[in-house]
Amino acid sequence: MKIPYYPGCTLKTKAKDLEDSAIAAAKVLDIEMEELPRWNCCGTVYSLASDDLIHQVGSIRNLVRVKEQGANQVVTLCSMCYNTLKRANEFFLADEEKQDRINRYMDEEIDYTGDVAVVHLLEILRDEVGMEKIKAAVKKPLTGLKVSPYYGCMLLRPASIGIDNTERPTVMEDLLRALGAEVIDDPYKTECCGAYQTVNRKDVVVTCVHSILTSAQRNGAEVIALSCPLCDFNLDNRQKDILQTYKGFHPIPVLYFTQLMAIAFGLDESVCRFELSYNDPRPLLKSKGLIE
Amino acid sequence: MKIRLSRENVRGEFVKKVEMISGEDLLKCYQCGKCSAGCPAAFEMDILPSHVIRLAQMGQEEELSKVNSYWICLSCQTCTVRCPRGVDIAKIMEALRLVTLRQKNQNKVEATALPTELLAELPQIAIVSNLRKMSG
Repeated sequence: MKIPYYPGCTLKTKAKDLEDSAIAAAKVLDIEMEELPRWNCCGTVYSLASDDLIHQVGSIRNLVRVKEQGANQVVTLCSMCYNTLKRANEFFLADEEKQDRINRYMDEEIDYTGDVAVVHLLEILRDEVGMEKIKAAVKKPLTGLKVSPYYGCMLLRPASIGIDNTERPTVMEDLLRALGAEVIDDPYKTECCGAYQTVNRKDVVVTCVHSILTSAQRNGAEVIALSCPLCDFNLDNRQKDILQTYKGFHPIPVLYFTQLMAIAFGLDESVCRFELSYNDPRPLLKSKGLIE
Repeated sequence: MKIRLSRENVRGEFVKKVEMISGEDLLKCYQCGKCSAGCPAAFEMDILPSHVIRLAQMGQEEELSKVNSYWICLSCQTCTVRCPRGVDIAKIMEALRLVTLRQKNQNKVEATALPTELLAELPQIAIVSNLRKMSG
């Protein structure tokens, strides 16, 4: 299947590892992710103010781009883009007067009617491909690799747009099991990483992330799997700051779920872009015989 | 903290403004504290999320302007999905940020004041989301 794909800004820079591994892994499952032409930033965070229309325009414009492709569905990889685009669409659908104002403001665009479905790749894997087909595509099962999935916030909350149960999601567990990994259940998997406080209140992020990572480690995790580039920065790069605050902390590698898919599907290591990780996951993957 | 209650405060402009921006009915909150119990950033807040809502119900604009709680809020929506009264607390936190950003024109974070090394280290997603929440 062919599906329009919305990358978002960070996937073109610091999260190139997410984009490259996802596109390559999806191809193995006959999913062709076609990048939207002329996409723009979604705004990264959904505006929570009921009177704020201007911050919905960026997201809606991207959905217009999907319509221009003659499609009714767009796939995202970044959890924040997923949340922002999907909530913007919900906001738009809820109020006819606001729809009219946004359409008139956009002016030169075709009128949007709210009929584009925003989906995350994890939903496609679960609902359209199915775990059996994924299992069948595995060439190098992740046997013995103890992976703790981390969902964060934006894939799950609020419930109206969540891809899974808000408190007890299982989609990433099911995927990782299909890839042959040993799944570690971590009670902190839906706890916020500290998000945008990483800019001006790094200390808040350090406390949040330390709780998340040490909980996963206590439960036996050797690596964390996630889907959000902001979570990834906080969980991976901020370990440098955690080490300064918490002396006994042991670093742990953090990967995108798509990188684990690429490894399990036996794809060339280069699509994983491991060099972009702060904590190099290669020694661990080598010790498990998963990469050369 | 000494709080002066009056009809003017409880039915005042501030309450109306917060309710208009958030789209939420402040009086729906019955102070169970579930939002505070699950808040992952409560440890750094001057007062708990449920206390923020209480002060907002009472129209305590002045008191609220002194606390950091809604600037520490992560917009993670944990409170929102758990509230037994269906109050979207994250939207109320956003409304409180916006009351300051729109009226007082005081940015919490100035884009121009961020050090170059920090900007080079951070992914765009961090910078844009932070400035969307912390500046007007």
